[in-house]
Amino acid sequence: MSSRDVILGRVRRALADVPEDEAPYEAAVRRGYHRRHGRRTTAETVDLLAENLADYRALVHRTDTAGLPGLLARLLAERGSTSVLVPSGLPSGWLADQPAEQVPDAAGDTPHRLDRVDSVVTGCAVAIAETGTLVLDGAPDQGRRRITLVPDHHICVVRVPDQVVSSVPEALDRLDPSRPLTWISGPSATSDIELDRVEGVHGPRTLEVVLTREG
Amino acid sequence: MTGTFVGMPAFPSAARKALSNETLRGNLRYATHTIRAKRAGAVSELDDWAALREAGREIKDQALRHLDRYLLQMEEAVTAAGGVVHWAADADEANRIVTGLVKATGESDVVKVKSMATQEIGLNEALEAEGIHAYETDLAELIVQLGKDRPSHILVPAIHRNRGEIRDIFTREMSEWGRPAPEGLSDTPAQLAEAARLHLREKFLRAKVGISGANFMVAETGTLVVFESEGNGRMCLTLPETLISVVGIEKLVPTWRDMEVFLQTLPRSSTAERMNPYTSMWTGTRDDDGPRTFHLVLLDNGRTDTLADRVGRQALRCIRCSACLNVCPVYERAGGHAYGSVYPGPIGAILSPQLRGTASEIDASLPYASSLCGACYEVCPVAIDIPEVLVHLRERVVEGGPVVRQGAKVTLRPARGHAAERAAMRAARWAFSHPGALRAGQRLASGARRLTPRTLPGPGRAWTATRDLPALPPEPFREWWRRTRQQEAGRPAPADRGEDQQ
Ligand code: SF4
Repeated sequence: MSSRDVILGRVRRALADVPEDEAPYEAAVRRGYHRRHGRRTTAETVDLLAENLADYRALVHRTDTAGLPGLLARLLAERGSTSVLVPSGLPSGWLADQPAEQVPDAAGDTPHRLDRVDSVVTGCAVAIAETGTLVLDGAPDQGRRRITLVPDHHICVVRVPDQVVSSVPEALDRLDPSRPLTWISGPSATSDIELDRVEGVHGPRTLEVVLTREG
Repeated sequence: MTGTFVGMPAFPSAARKALSNETLRGNLRYATHTIRAKRAGAVSELDDWAALREAGREIKDQALRHLDRYLLQMEEAVTAAGGVVHWAADADEANRIVTGLVKATGESDVVKVKSMATQEIGLNEALEAEGIHAYETDLAELIVQLGKDRPSHILVPAIHRNRGEIRDIFTREMSEWGRPAPEGLSDTPAQLAEAARLHLREKFLRAKVGISGANFMVAETGTLVVFESEGNGRMCLTLPETLISVVGIEKLVPTWRDMEVFLQTLPRSSTAERMNPYTSMWTGTRDDDGPRTFHLVLLDNGRTDTLADRVGRQALRCIRCSACLNVCPVYERAGGHAYGSVYPGPIGAILSPQLRGTASEIDASLPYASSLCGACYEVCPVAIDIPEVLVHLRERVVEGGPVVRQGAKVTLRPARGHAAERAAMRAARWAFSHPGALRAGQRLASGARRLTPRTLPGPGRAWTATRDLPALPPEPFREWWRRTRQQEAGRPAPADRGEDQQ
């Protein structure tokens, strides 16, 4: 007998007490919790996102579509970045003003090559105000999971208010589980040494978020 | 389950030893109190916490009550998404499968994400025996591995180490494993973290095989979910060409929507954050993004036996947040090592004896490693009634009775006569002779007070019928300790206790 059959057989014997006609899953789980916490206007939701991002030590900036290229150029320059990773679908105008070398996200790149790039700029799929979380789903403006991991500096552009939701349940509604998803709340951090929080162990040590108003 | 530490004394004696270690107690008290206070704050932000907790309990119960169906659904979804599913009935089989998969890649180094399931089965040792080096990449696990030590906490495995000890371990050991610690390394957390970053990065960048566990598996979609903070998880899950995930069969949730509950309750209960820095979710393999080969090893190793116990099966709801450790007065003083298993604290006291059986002295004593104060139940985000299971398991130990071991019904013999009483009483006396433990441990919720034992269950009842359990000791701990140790010096070991095959 295969271990698959052994395990399934043990499970079924263990559950002999469970009635065949037990209430179906949908009825058995009561979802009395909130879809979101509190009432907020759209502007307040964006403010809460900014506040919670900053609380987790992301650096938050605000601009509009016209101001975005200039702001990105300034952030990369302040950081002294000489090279920046660019996902294939990043809107072409975003990096128009900045002089650093642009490295396209390429499937054949080795991790060592990624390690030599200073910064990465991406969009995002959805941002969650209540938790200060950005979710990336690998869409063309976000690229492969590793490009937001290996470089030490990540700038993530969030279009407000379209890409902002209040809560975790609202975010899940928008996401496709068949895509690889990365949830990011602040820069990499550890509290393993006497519970002192230290930013940046393996992921980017600096996370900058640009909230961009469309128009 | 191979997680019993070799030569591990039963809980009371291990705890007594831990109590005499001032550094350990200091580190532990600071850590557990800090996390505990922060957690209360994070939880109070959500006014629907009770409803989230209830939903979490019901979701996990539903998954467990129809586990066969959800396992098959998971298998189908992962396979359809390009992954390969393996089934492992016990630790040896899981280790054989993983070792074989690594060998097939031709690699002799693997990077690992912190995973309790792989610790439970002793995977690193099994790989080492076949000439494969497994590198732990979580900072705390790295500290533990370099220090040739054992984890002592679910969330912060090196909680028992302070910064000076960590600096010494890094300076002494890092060069043995790869890039040495920087010259003149100080003991500031920032410098220590930087040393770990440099040491591990060279391993991440050339790793071809990654090994992980998972916090959740979603049956409906075949998705695996890993919560972490440092990014070492993302490194191991996305850079290698081959990813092998070893996951206990109880980690299933039925639907994608269920994650909305645990994404809210797990971070707040464990690290006391609104959200942990990184969560990765993946479904099978993906062209050009992440590993090209993905193996999922579904692990039983005592879980189906636990499922067969109608009272004890609720332990399988555990999402390993570690909140129960941080509120436990016994854990705070005894430390994680005293539990003699990879699952320490209150959850370890009910999970380990169920996964492994109660044949060994340490496993038989674990249900007594508690003052039954109920604080663990109050904080548990999936409402596991740990005191209820503890009392149930105490009865099992002293009265014996039917249990399932490796899928077969067996009858556990009651621990014989004086041996049972002694094993039970030594453990109970330990908990009850520590005024601090007892004081901190008075169960606050009035409805649960009945669980504070006035008498012992099972055969121990005869003993307590004629006398009360020891009250707060009139003598200082140190004198008590000297006195009872002398008394015990000449005693024979408790009689072994066994299981009869039916
Ligand atoms: S038993 Fe509950 S509180 Fe303890 S680790 Fe598991 S889920 Fe968390």
